[in-house]
Amino acid sequence: MTAILGMLASERLVKMSAVDLAIVVFYFALVLGIGFYLKRFAKTGEDFFLAGREMTAWVAGLAFVSANLGSLELLGWAGSAYQYGILAAHWYWIGAIPAMIFLGLVMMPFYYISKTHSVPGYLQMRYGPEASGLSAITFALMTILMSGVNMYAMAVVMKVVLGWDINFSIWVSSLTVGVYVAAGGLFSAIFNEVLQFFLIWFGALLIPILGLYETGGWKGMVARIQHNFPGQDFTHMWGPMHSFSSNPMGIHWTGIVFGLGAVQAMGYWTTDFLVVQRVLSARDIRSAKMAPIIGSFFKMAVPLIVILPGLLGLAVLPMHLVPASEAHPGDFTYNEVLPLMLARYCGPGLMGLGITALVAGFMAGMAGNVSAFATVWTYDLYRPFIKKDAADSHYVSMGRWCTIIGLFISIGTAYLAMGFASIMDYVQALFGFFIAPLFGTVLLGMLWKRVTRAAGFWGLLAGTTSSITMFLLMHSKSNERWVSLFALSPDAKGLAQDMYQSLWSCVTCVVITVLVTMVTQPRPDAELRGLVYSLTDVAKEEHTPLLHKPFFWGMAALVVLAILQIIFW
Amino acid sequence: MSEKHHIIPVWFFVGVLFLVYGVLILGSGLVEWSHPPATVLSNLHAPVWWGALLMVLGAVYCAAFRPGRNKA
Repeated sequence: MTAILGMLASERLVKMSAVDLAIVVFYFALVLGIGFYLKRFAKTGEDFFLAGREMTAWVAGLAFVSANLGSLELLGWAGSAYQYGILAAHWYWIGAIPAMIFLGLVMMPFYYISKTHSVPGYLQMRYGPEASGLSAITFALMTILMSGVNMYAMAVVMKVVLGWDINFSIWVSSLTVGVYVAAGGLFSAIFNEVLQFFLIWFGALLIPILGLYETGGWKGMVARIQHNFPGQDFTHMWGPMHSFSSNPMGIHWTGIVFGLGAVQAMGYWTTDFLVVQRVLSARDIRSAKMAPIIGSFFKMAVPLIVILPGLLGLAVLPMHLVPASEAHPGDFTYNEVLPLMLARYCGPGLMGLGITALVAGFMAGMAGNVSAFATVWTYDLYRPFIKKDAADSHYVSMGRWCTIIGLFISIGTAYLAMGFASIMDYVQALFGFFIAPLFGTVLLGMLWKRVTRAAGFWGLLAGTTSSITMFLLMHSKSNERWVSLFALSPDAKGLAQDMYQSLWSCVTCVVITVLVTMVTQPRPDAELRGLVYSLTDVAKEEHTPLLHKPFFWGMAALVVLAILQIIFW
Repeated sequence: MSEKHHIIPVWFFVGVLFLVYGVLILGSGLVEWSHPPATVLSNLHAPVWWGALLMVLGAVYCAAFRPGRNKA
């Protein structure tokens, strides 16, 4: 094994010791072992695709956050924090918490009571096969692309830190994930996501601890950043957003509140099936409501291990990092800030733990994508349009094969991510295409019984088309005037453009949905029971003790969120 | 379906992971005590106290959620 590593290694940040190698190898062995152990429990379709709907609120909640806490989070957002400062934390706070609470308290009852297996499955029941098919196709495409980005991000870690060949890293880790997801289905994916959650925390937490010790605390860090980057404000969240030009991102606070908080965050956390699937695996409706709320508290804490290392990189790293598109030999890019910080503080043992945490983050992201892809393909495309009324075992087999095939397809998409300055800009662009319009369609369908079948389809199509059009125009040769138009300022950078793109695409979806609704016939109430707010009986919580009420904990999360905004204003 | 009630809880696997890693990292930290690596703040001997923490947490989780205790 050492000889193989020697052949693969070229330039590298650190040298892996025997104990580091043992830590990494043990992790791979454990996740494969768990996958094969759980295979015996994944016999039916409900077992394989929804983990038997038996997960507790805590397991579903941790898996919910962990499915999102992939290598993109660890690398990409640390890189974004280096590039944009603490503004990147908005994507963890206002860009996540209200949406997660909304999912738990408002939308989960409909998803759970309808007994849907997926978000496109809900659209099938609410609108019909046209909207369901469109969202299933776009979602399947998105998960494949996202899976590729995960692979690339992990391969970068391996290349920078260990000098491993990118192709070797992609294939070894991807095949491992493919095997344990194909074996145990969502059971396996969730078990390993919980494992990875703990590993990510304990692998990455040392960086902010040691980093703040080195800088002499938060104030010392801020002072160093100001010395290294004079004239820029990297450490305030709301103050610098009074104008487009007064912050590193080139965004106005309206873009954060309405583009990110009200649309993109809502769209992702309430309709992205990758995360919603984990909550659908909960064993009862109370657990389904509590799971995203439990997840929200952990989500609020994630900036500690993701954003703070990026800020510490601004303070302590001896070199300035650059965008990937501007990197020359010997330069380090934004996405490499976390591995660089890891190499700065971690020797043998801790390095292995940190590397494994990064690899685990990649695996969590990839497992989430392939399991969600397998479910959407099998239940929302293959069963309704290709082979109806087959035995349950046939669909389980299709799910296993689809996992492996999807894995190989997404390996090809890994190379698409290489041309972007920041991985997160790429991810946000994808989300903007599909998620923001989907949120409009789902939310209108849940809250307004008048919305018609045709309106659901045309609104979703219009929103998606408008999003792609805006993206192409803002990245065209004459992009400056389009950026000024859509993102309201020529100073708007990539993430800022994506926020406004999401906002306008969702608005387009809603407007078209309403207009088409006005000229088409609604479905009878009897067909919408359990699918729409006014026609669904959701169990009330009057007789539940206060500390057991999801509503109480949801409000508690929002209070903590508000306190964090004030602290870092 | 009743077979699922005998699934080893995920928390047990968390305990196994932490216990093994704790032993490896603590051991590595003790071996290099007198010759720490050339990293920043190596004088703090982070592998020792972090490895000990992982080992303790891992042992607690393994004991609390070991197979046969019928905990979820």
